Amino acid sequence: MKKKSKEEIIESSIADSKNKDTQPDAPLKLIVNGKRLDGRRPDEIRPIKIEAGVLEKADGSAYVEFGDTHALAAVYGPREMHPRHLTEPQQAVLRVKYDMIPFSVSDRKRPGPDRRSIEISKVIREALEPVVFLKNYPKTVIDVFIEIVQADAGTRVAGLTAASVALADAGIAMSDMVASCTAGKVDGVVCVDIDGPEDNNGEADLPVALAPRTNSITLLQMDGQLTRKEYDQALTYAIDGCKKVYELQKEAIRKKYGQITQFNGRGEE
Amino acid sequence: MTATIIPQIERDSVFKIVEAGERLDGRKFDEYRPITIELGVYSRAEGSARVKIGNTMVACGVKLGEAVPYPDSPDEGTLTTTAELVPMAAPTFQPGPPNENAIELARVVDRGIREAKTIDLKKLCITPGEKVRSVFIDTYVLDHDGNYMDAAALGAIAALHHATAPEFGKLPVSKRPIANTFIKIGNNILLDPSLEEERVMDARLTITTDEDGNIVANQKAATGFWTKEEVMQCIDLAFKHGKEMRKLF
Repeated sequence: MKKKSKEEIIESSIADSKNKDTQPDAPLKLIVNGKRLDGRRPDEIRPIKIEAGVLEKADGSAYVEFGDTHALAAVYGPREMHPRHLTEPQQAVLRVKYDMIPFSVSDRKRPGPDRRSIEISKVIREALEPVVFLKNYPKTVIDVFIEIVQADAGTRVAGLTAASVALADAGIAMSDMVASCTAGKVDGVVCVDIDGPEDNNGEADLPVALAPRTNSITLLQMDGQLTRKEYDQALTYAIDGCKKVYELQKEAIRKKYGQITQFNGRGEE
Repeated sequence: MTATIIPQIERDSVFKIVEAGERLDGRKFDEYRPITIELGVYSRAEGSARVKIGNTMVACGVKLGEAVPYPDSPDEGTLTTTAELVPMAAPTFQPGPPNENAIELARVVDRGIREAKTIDLKKLCITPGEKVRSVFIDTYVLDHDGNYMDAAALGAIAALHHATAPEFGKLPVSKRPIANTFIKIGNNILLDPSLEEERVMDARLTITTDEDGNIVANQKAATGFWTKEEVMQCIDLAFKHGKEMRKLF
């Protein structure tokens, strides 16, 4: 339903721009009267939903929606590492696998890892490592699996946000919970949490992850074109977005564990 | 993941030197090692460059071909960037298909060139929707003594600018995106890390800028973090060094 209405908005926007300018290839207007296609202000994030503990078998899990981008994360471990020779004697190994399921995008994606997902898995791992007390769990592996079940831009930040909550849900010791959000440039305007149409037609994309307690940036990527001033603005927006996401992450954890009066260390009553 | 096990003593000594405001090779924190670019060293490639930053050496080649365009850009040529960390370059590099580090390298180099709109891909169209020219940029890290990222990015853009094809002479290449890599050791920010420094770094950040005052690509890596102020400080340094390095080719 949601998706359809968005496509309709785009269709009408295309029709509008064609009517106004007589050129047949007039560029799609993504910002009209200071509002984005889905009605958001530039500094407004999409509706975000976070739920902790959604999978039965995983040690920790989470489900995250950033608008139409839906991600699922599961944590297994600390557990014995296979293959054995990858074990680190002094600390746990964090292993992250980010994956998009074939029907998460309009043109079917071939299942299995590709160059993009291998890179994203790496940057997500390096975004989580600064906060996880790996030294508490020597000679083990902590596996983090992320599945993007529906994609509408910002899949790595949704996946990373879910992974953080899943780690917390698994009871892994951490100094903070990493929150993540993107910013970008659309029609010359710096915007936070860009969605699919904005990503496809936008001018820049800046995914950020933040450990909010210390304001530490643990993931930072960028592509597109931004001047120094725009970059500063985009980074500020993304950091603010992360802080909003952080509140929702904490709420999700509280929702699952907040009511529990007797805590037995496994998060069960 | 298979991090080299560095004796604690080596880590401590590098850290101590950096904390004292110095570097092992006597450079300033925001100083590159000597950079050399040799153009057209591999004559079978349409464009090529061998870049050395200190003892790090990267070979880059540009090859042209023909391809079917992507459905979403039927009137544009294609650009493909690959990177290889060959086993001869370092004892830690393994044979086999590109690992995550090689993939990251290729994608960061690609992002800088693509996002700066370096190549006018529309000029590489032969028959829209059917046949276009394809540009391959292949980067080989041959000797790894730290910061292969900047060397590969520099080699790739230098080779592109040097490339000529019999069909249309020089390639339709305009911009010169430059990648600058910074690392953090403790609270110190170091430009152009050597291998010894990279082995003890907390975090890494690569920033690619173009000559029009745009930041075109970023990549944070390693297990540490950056603050916003540190990132902005690196951005300013990247603009400054990008400008200087653009004069080299």
